[in-house]
Amino acid sequence: MKITGAQALIKSLEMEGTDVMFGLPGGAILPVYDPLIDSSIRHILVRHEQGAGHMAEGYAHATGRPGVAMVTSGPAATNVVTPLCDAYMDSIPLVMVTGQVPYSVIGTDAFQECDTVGITMPVTKHNWLVTDANDIPRIVREAFHVATTGRPGPVLVDLPKDIANQSMDWYWPESIDLPGYKPNLKGHAKQIKDAVRLMGESHRPVIYAGGGILKARAAETLRELAELTGFPVVTTLMARGAFPDDHDLCLGMPGMHGNYTAVTAMQQSDLLVALGSRFDDRVTGKLDGFAPEAKVIHVDIDPAELGKVRRPDVPIVGDCKYVIEEMVKATKADRAKTTPAEKRTGGRWPSLEEWMTRVHGWQRDFPLGYEQTDDGPLKPQFCIDMLRDNTPDDTIVASGVGQHQMWTSQRWKFNHPYTWVNSGGLGTMGFAVPAAIGAKVGKPERLVWAIDGDGCFQMTAQELVTASAERIPVKIAILNNAYLGMVRQWQELFYEERYSEVYLSPDLPDYVKWAEAMGCVGFRVDTPEDVVPTIEKANSIDDRPVVIDFRTDYREKVYPMVAPGTTNDEIILDPAHDKHGGR
Amino acid sequence: MAMNPDGTPGQHHILSVLVENKFGVLTRVAGLFARRGFNIVSLAVSPTEDERYSRMTIVVDADSAPLEQVTKQLNKLIPVIKIVELSSEQAVERELMLVTVKATAEARSQITELAAIFEARIEDVGYDSITIMVAGRPDKLDAMTDLLSPFGILELQRTGRIALPKLTRRPARLRAVKTSTA
Repeated sequence: MKITGAQALIKSLEMEGTDVMFGLPGGAILPVYDPLIDSSIRHILVRHEQGAGHMAEGYAHATGRPGVAMVTSGPAATNVVTPLCDAYMDSIPLVMVTGQVPYSVIGTDAFQECDTVGITMPVTKHNWLVTDANDIPRIVREAFHVATTGRPGPVLVDLPKDIANQSMDWYWPESIDLPGYKPNLKGHAKQIKDAVRLMGESHRPVIYAGGGILKARAAETLRELAELTGFPVVTTLMARGAFPDDHDLCLGMPGMHGNYTAVTAMQQSDLLVALGSRFDDRVTGKLDGFAPEAKVIHVDIDPAELGKVRRPDVPIVGDCKYVIEEMVKATKADRAKTTPAEKRTGGRWPSLEEWMTRVHGWQRDFPLGYEQTDDGPLKPQFCIDMLRDNTPDDTIVASGVGQHQMWTSQRWKFNHPYTWVNSGGLGTMGFAVPAAIGAKVGKPERLVWAIDGDGCFQMTAQELVTASAERIPVKIAILNNAYLGMVRQWQELFYEERYSEVYLSPDLPDYVKWAEAMGCVGFRVDTPEDVVPTIEKANSIDDRPVVIDFRTDYREKVYPMVAPGTTNDEIILDPAHDKHGGR
Repeated sequence: MAMNPDGTPGQHHILSVLVENKFGVLTRVAGLFARRGFNIVSLAVSPTEDERYSRMTIVVDADSAPLEQVTKQLNKLIPVIKIVELSSEQAVERELMLVTVKATAEARSQITELAAIFEARIEDVGYDSITIMVAGRPDKLDAMTDLLSPFGILELQRTGRIALPKLTRRPARLRAVKTSTA
């Protein structure tokens, strides 16, 4: 059957199970938009290409399936560099298709030409420039394979216009031949045994769970391991929801703005079981003072993560789900070997009672604090708490980057995996609105809230036009403190309160009018008593997006905080609520 | 060769990297080194006996990054098939050098004599200069450069290093049967 390259591309995307894609057409990609009319794939027309990328990320976050986006050449391709880099840092499976000027004129500085493959090389797991329409089915198949297997990540297929118009004989490749790409899924049996031996000797263990748990669909398995061993679990910013916050063993988020217990438990542990986490600088603080007494078991599917930052005592390359399952088996086997003498003293593995007493003591003594007075300014933390308490347990929450993100991660109760959608590694402001839209497209039956900052919202708000037009009823809570809040916090604490270029104004723009202009319902909330009724109103609207402008106290800062360049032992608690006289 | 501040040769590693013979692969490898802050001392790329693959011989400045990270990151590139790390003791390393030296009538014979010792060849002779080609181990090329420099080196070009593993000279298999009466 003779078809065009463009038809082959759409057909290949269908073969890969694509049900929705996000994009915006233009000159070089025009041939592909034509067969799209006849395709089963739902296309969501964005207002800016960056939005297409973040929507695809949100979709992937929420569903686990690869997000697909398609844009044209030149400026469209450069506009998707941010989402590609974001997806690369956070290991999000993304398939990006870009149009390119005809192959015959590449290199002539043609209209809307740019070296897309060259520009995106460092921010994709792999990318392809198609030079022959006959390669399209093979390349699309490889692209999905690379994006979704091993350590997931974004890939890009750059399709020149003349190749899209070239005719080819349709086929679908039965197998994939990538001799240089063989992810190792199964952990080394001996290493797993060594890991379990270390676990059986530990008196102060902590499981340090990262985003890899979610990528490997290993949340259930992690829970089994934690409950079997009784080891407490910290969940990094990328792993919120990978272990239920309600669980007795859950210590919550570690790191620069982690809670005291999570930070200190890691710091004082004698064994870190790092599962799909990467010792990010925001978690470790000053590296040479990080968890000084801890031995490290490090499980990751990416061999390059092992030893990149901290040298593990037991490195295990493999898929988290597989490896943790093996660890569970090995732990059970090891415990079954208990001798009668060991049984009398409480079992083969050391008792964790003393350790957990210390951990629970920190939880009791150092809770996260803030104070909402009835007549005082509205506290951002209060808004988040009320949102949390007035939405279903499985609500999907997206956020941008900054104070609102940290407060949300700290305060929300994530009891289900894939309910937290945020930009971790790259820290992309403006992520929330488009990511929430993508998540809602992937999970239309769920309630999707974006908790955003006023600075972030202004970067990508135009995608609410997309949401209105496509009837994607997301809800946006803007914590409007009229500042680039996190920058302000750093200037207050580390630049002697010299506030440089951080003031944004609470009224400019008028968020309610802006929301209404974009086809959304807009609300403004100034006082604590209006918070819950407005949230309830927002929850009852299901035919269009809703935006709430919460006017929050600009003086609130995110605590605890590990100041840059200091160790996690020097964690700063909120001076206003630290009843222990600050430490 | 990369030098330490005190003039001694810097630590280096040789990576023999088998890659798919496709366009853009060199960019991917070079881009990775740049992005991760690894320094390349020298680089040679050529097709192999199998036309699907090319071999890159990359000499890496070991002080710029732990070798383990370099190889692990390289391995993540999809067109990279195989990486073999070669230490100087385990490898046959060769480089080629072209050097043009000032050669007045009086110096010419000394230079040709030196070239003969190094088994170098005179490739071009000018009115007051000579271009010499020499191939061999990198340290041989260093030595030749040192000895030529008093005459005045006008131009010098070295290729990247190429290397293959040294062959083993053990018999392939030990036999339990006596094959000799000695």
